[in-house]
Amino acid sequence: MIIEPLFALLLVDYLRKKVDPRQADYDIRGYLLKGRYVAIGLLILDVVTNSFIIDVGIRACVVALMWLIYTRKELGVGKSLMYSIIPYMVLSFAGDLVEEVAADFYDSYEYVFESANLFGVLWFGAMWFVNRSQRKALERERIKREAEETRVRVMAELKVNLEAEVAQRTAELRQQKEELEEALEELKHTQAQLIHSEKMASLGELTAGIAHEIQNPLNFVNNFSEVSIELLDELKTGPLAQLPEDAADEVEELIGDLTQNLEKITLHGKRADGIVKSMLQHSRSSTGEKTEIDINALADEYIRLSYHGLRAKDKSFNASMETDFATDLRRIAVVPQDLGRVLLNLFNNAFYSVSEKKKNNAPEGYEPLVAVATRNVQLPDGREGVQITIRDNGTGIPKAIIDKVYQPFFTTKPTGQGTGLGLSMSYDIIHKVHGGEMRIDTEEGQYAAFTITIPA
Amino acid sequence: MTMNILVVDDEADIQPLFRQRFRREIKSGEVTLHFALSGEEAVAYLESGASEVVLILSDVNMPGMSGLELLQHIRESHGSAPPFVMMITAYSDERNYRQSMQLGANDFLTKPLDFRLLKEKLKDLDAHG
Repeated sequence: MIIEPLFALLLVDYLRKKVDPRQADYDIRGYLLKGRYVAIGLLILDVVTNSFIIDVGIRACVVALMWLIYTRKELGVGKSLMYSIIPYMVLSFAGDLVEEVAADFYDSYEYVFESANLFGVLWFGAMWFVNRSQRKALERERIKREAEETRVRVMAELKVNLEAEVAQRTAELRQQKEELEEALEELKHTQAQLIHSEKMASLGELTAGIAHEIQNPLNFVNNFSEVSIELLDELKTGPLAQLPEDAADEVEELIGDLTQNLEKITLHGKRADGIVKSMLQHSRSSTGEKTEIDINALADEYIRLSYHGLRAKDKSFNASMETDFATDLRRIAVVPQDLGRVLLNLFNNAFYSVSEKKKNNAPEGYEPLVAVATRNVQLPDGREGVQITIRDNGTGIPKAIIDKVYQPFFTTKPTGQGTGLGLSMSYDIIHKVHGGEMRIDTEEGQYAAFTITIPA
Repeated sequence: MTMNILVVDDEADIQPLFRQRFRREIKSGEVTLHFALSGEEAVAYLESGASEVVLILSDVNMPGMSGLELLQHIRESHGSAPPFVMMITAYSDERNYRQSMQLGANDFLTKPLDFRLLKEKLKDLDAHG
C-alpha cells in the first residue's frame, strides 16, 4: 500500500477549496469533483490491490495531477503544496523500485527506506504546516488590505460628499451675499431718496417762509413807487406850471429822471413780486381737488400750450412735437392744475433746451424734437400707475449739476429768465401731492428725459 | 357826501400809502380815511361813534385781535346799517378766504393791493350802496 492517492485526494480537496473558478473558462469545479472521485477510486484500488505495476499506474496518475498543477495557471494555488509532495514521491518510488528490483538489498536496508518514506511524509507535513501558516498570514494581510481599501473607498466617498456639500453651501452663501448686497444697494438708494426729499421739503418750507416775509415789504416798495409816479404827474400838471420858465425846465428834467427811477423801481419790484409769487405757489398746500382725468388729453393740451407760448415770444423758434400716447391709459386721480403746471414746466424746459442747442452748437441738420409718451405701468411695490415721459434732444444736463436741478432757485438760464423754481415745484407736486416719482435720464449735449410716475 | 373808510392794518406805512393814493379823493372830499393799527383800536373807534363808517378795509393777519375776529365782532354788534367790510388777504390764502366768507365779509382784496381795482369797487359801492 502506498499513500500517494491520499496526497492526491488532499491536493484535489485543497484545490477545490482554493481555486478561483473565474480564472478558468471551463467548469473547473466539475473537473475537480471528478478528480476527487478518481482520487478516492485510486485510494480504494490501492487498498484492495498490492501490485507494483498498479502502484506505478497510481503514481503516474498522481504525477499527472502534479503536472497539471505545475502547467495550468488556474491551478497555480496548489503549486506549493504539490512541491511538498515531491520528496516523498521520489523517495517512495525509489524505495519501491529497489524493493522490486533488489529485494535482498531492500530487506537489509529496509529501515533506511522506511526512514526516507517517513522523512517524505514529515516533509510534507512540515511543508503543509508552513504553507498553511504562510497562507493564513497572507490571508490576514489580504483582509487587512481589503479593510484598508474599503476604508479608503469610504473616505473617498465621504470626501466627494463633503465636497458636494461644501460646494452647495458655498453657492447658498454666495447667493445670500448677493441678495444682501442687492438689499443694501436698495437701502442706500432709498436712503438717498429720503435724504433728498427731506432736503427738498425743508428747502420748500424755507422758501415759503422767505416768500411770506418778503411779500409785505415788497408790496410797500411797489405801491410807494407807483404812488410816487402819480404824485410826480400831479406835480408836473399842477404847481410846475406856475414856476418861471427857466426854473420850470430844470424841475421838469429832474421830475423826468425821478419818474424814470421810480418806473425802474416798480419794474424790478414787479419782477421780485413774480418770484415771490412762484415761491408761494411752490409751497402752498394744494387745495385743488383730485379728479380722475385723461392724462393723454392733459399732456396733449400742455405740450401745445408750451409750444405756442414760446412761439409767441420768439418767432424764429421752431421744433417738432411728437406724441406717443397709450390708447388704453388708465384714468387716475390727480390735481389737474397742479399736474398741468408740472407738464408746462417740463415742456417749457424741453423747448428751451432744444432752442438753445439750435442757437448755439447744433450739429449739421439738427432737428429740434420734443416728445411725450404715456404708459400704464406697474410700480415696484405692486401698485398700478401711469408713467409720463417727456424727452427732448436738446442740450441735456451736465453730470455736475444733475443733483441740483430740483433745488429751489437753481437755474441755468440767464438772470431774469428763470426763477429756478420750476423743477423744484414740479418735484414737490409729484412727490407730495401725488405720491409719485420723478426721474431724470440725460446725457450732456444729447438728450434729457424726465419720467413722471404717478400711482393710481 | 363823503365816504368814511376805516383802514385796519398793523403796518403803519399803509397810512401814508392810502393818503397818497387817495390824495385827490381826500382833497375833493369824496373820501375820508380813518386808520386803526389793530382790531381792538378799530372796535374802540367804531364804538366811539365819531363818524358813520361805511366801509371797513381790514387786514387778516394782525397781532392781537385778528381781522377775522374783528369781522365777527362787527357782524355781531352792528344791528342797523352794517358797514361794508372788505378783507385784505394774502395771496392765494384759501383758508382765510373761506373763513372770511363764512363770517360775512362783503368782498376781498389780495395783497399786494391793487388801488385801481379798489377805487372801482368804491365807485360801485357809492353808486349802489
